[in-house]
Amino acid sequence: MSSTSQLVHDAPAEKRAASIIGRGNKEGNRLFREWYQELTTAPERKEHSAYVFVMGSLAEIMRSFDIHTIFPEVNGLQQAVRHVADDYIATAEDYGFSADVCGYVKADVGLQLRGGDHPMGKIPPPSLSVYTNACNTYIKWAEIWERMYHIPTFTLDVPGTRAAGRLTWPGQVDFENDRNYVAGQINEVIQLCEQVTGKRFDIDKLRQAMSYTNTMSRKWKRLLELNKSSPAVYNAVTDGTVFLGMMNGYRGRPEGAKYFTDLVEEMEYKAANGIGTPFEEKYRLAFVGVPCYPIFRRFSEMFTEWGGSFVGSSYLWFASGGANLGYEYDLDHPLESLAEGLLVTVRDSMDSMFFSDKNLIDMIEPYGIDGVVYHPVKSCRTVSTGLADNRRAVMEATDVATLFMESDHMDKRVVSEAQLKNRVDAFFEGLATRKHRRASTGAPQARA
Amino acid sequence: MAYAAGVDVGSTQTKAVIIDEDLQIVGRALVSTGANVTVAAETAYELALQQGNIHEEEEGVGFIVGTGYGRYKVTFGDTQTTEISCHGRGAVHMFPGTRTVVDMGGQDTKAIKVSATGEILDFVMNDKCAAGTGRFLGAAASALDLPLDQLGPTALQSNRPVKITTTCTVFADGEILSLIGKGKKVEDVLLGVHHSVVSRSIGLLSRVGIDREVTFTGGVACNTGMVSVLNQELGFEVNVSEDSHYMGALGAALFAMDRIVAGRSPAGLVEVKA
Repeated sequence: MSSTSQLVHDAPAEKRAASIIGRGNKEGNRLFREWYQELTTAPERKEHSAYVFVMGSLAEIMRSFDIHTIFPEVNGLQQAVRHVADDYIATAEDYGFSADVCGYVKADVGLQLRGGDHPMGKIPPPSLSVYTNACNTYIKWAEIWERMYHIPTFTLDVPGTRAAGRLTWPGQVDFENDRNYVAGQINEVIQLCEQVTGKRFDIDKLRQAMSYTNTMSRKWKRLLELNKSSPAVYNAVTDGTVFLGMMNGYRGRPEGAKYFTDLVEEMEYKAANGIGTPFEEKYRLAFVGVPCYPIFRRFSEMFTEWGGSFVGSSYLWFASGGANLGYEYDLDHPLESLAEGLLVTVRDSMDSMFFSDKNLIDMIEPYGIDGVVYHPVKSCRTVSTGLADNRRAVMEATDVATLFMESDHMDKRVVSEAQLKNRVDAFFEGLATRKHRRASTGAPQARA
Repeated sequence: MAYAAGVDVGSTQTKAVIIDEDLQIVGRALVSTGANVTVAAETAYELALQQGNIHEEEEGVGFIVGTGYGRYKVTFGDTQTTEISCHGRGAVHMFPGTRTVVDMGGQDTKAIKVSATGEILDFVMNDKCAAGTGRFLGAAASALDLPLDQLGPTALQSNRPVKITTTCTVFADGEILSLIGKGKKVEDVLLGVHHSVVSRSIGLLSRVGIDREVTFTGGVACNTGMVSVLNQELGFEVNVSEDSHYMGALGAALFAMDRIVAGRSPAGLVEVKA
């Protein structure tokens, strides 16, 4: 069952369904516009803004100082989805940036060169920038703002997964050393925020923000699990992008906690009533990488036309800053816990880009995955590096079908819709053949 | 007698194949695609009917599958299937031992891994850039003012290939003419061009795994120089059919015949179109 019309004809139930279904996207879009409006008017109120990134935003500390968080990756994807990214990219290239530089960076540079004029509002200049080493580009990116605005920038060095994939955990010597290392840096960030804003650090405000993030993380994890339902209750690529915007923009805020509480309620309702996305689900897919934003709607349609439903996405892992872990801070020990949380979630974000094969393999069965779609993008080597090897590992470990299609998340010059469609069509033809074979023979799919 | 047809609208050439119930080719035709894709598809189809001496008003073609980049412009067709599936199916039909297909056309090169039944297990192809495809050979022919069908035979006169550093069609002219300007022989340069394209194809093949037998399809498989260099680089002989040019259209015709047979047997078959 995949539509509301198939619900039992019961007036109160239908009324409840109408009030719940679609609420997440509608409310998400409304709050997102409000968020941009807040940013637009922040300078009038003489409020500070920090340029941060989705992997390790330190939003809770920023909230405790009433500093707005601005995510250039989110700005960039909005530029691409609204079909204006190429104008901003051209501005940056005219300024001297190479065609090889990350599309997000160039869209942002173009945005700064145009005085912050963005299709969603006006992006205020930063008072500071705080970022982690989760993406190598972050560091060079912040240097651009440092030169443009003469602002302080802070690189928070988060130790990642050790060699050979060994993970350390709280209580272990290496982890505790890392925690102290990160905690020391957090103290430096707090001092920096005090200097920039002239405000004293308020640990209770931090605790409050962390409490909201706890709710958001807990609900985010639940949200991901709910798509084990068949049919899937949301599209992890299209709806997922709305959810990601909310997870980042409203992290550590009461609106964010409420939004995700309501969203989970909506998805639980859909799951309980067998309500899926607005098309018939024939194939359940996992997505790896960043979506193709320059043709976002069409990109999604290429899959939904065939009944392909994205039930999971590595994007919902790394671009949520590792919220997929459902990590919750210990509010009795906020600073120590913040350091611990940063360590495990930023590490997980990085691993979701570089070592997602294991997580993908683990989700095949519980999520009923028929195929895994890899979408490496030309202008982001950080996300795309190793995806070919990742795919090979998944194919060796499972019988699941895979599709490898390269384009870009920002630059439409390297997006060829016809060629993408050709690959997608061939992928589904193969999936259809496999399904037919299984149905007719009961045998597993053919192997070479 | 029931007939099925496949029409493969490629970037440079359009091919049509008609098969009978014994899965034998009874008619085939090839025309330049040109600017009007639908007209090219109609023309190729009509010529294939004529060659097979098939009169639609009497016997008729029961099902038509369009394939290739212009597959949605085969307006008289019944459905569409990608050329990736069609080349795999056609190659396994022609050479049942096929496990890997390399299809080289005018604008793209594909490496396709297939099962014994022609099921596509994996595939990769060049992306938006046409480097290392038939287009590159076309650029070389143009730079050297040679007809396309002379590229292979001319290259095979050489045993000292010149190293070509690019497979980019944009830079092809410059590099080739510069080498000629330095006194390199045309055949040595051309053999280098063939090696360059084959090298890129093997890169694609490696990504899906080179399982024998390998069948070479597409228009470029008609180039004897490419076949020779590919055999040399792989270290074994690839399958090449006289109908390699028609492999996509043949695969499409086989899918079309599936539909005719499925129509008789309610067991049905795979839905090939969204």
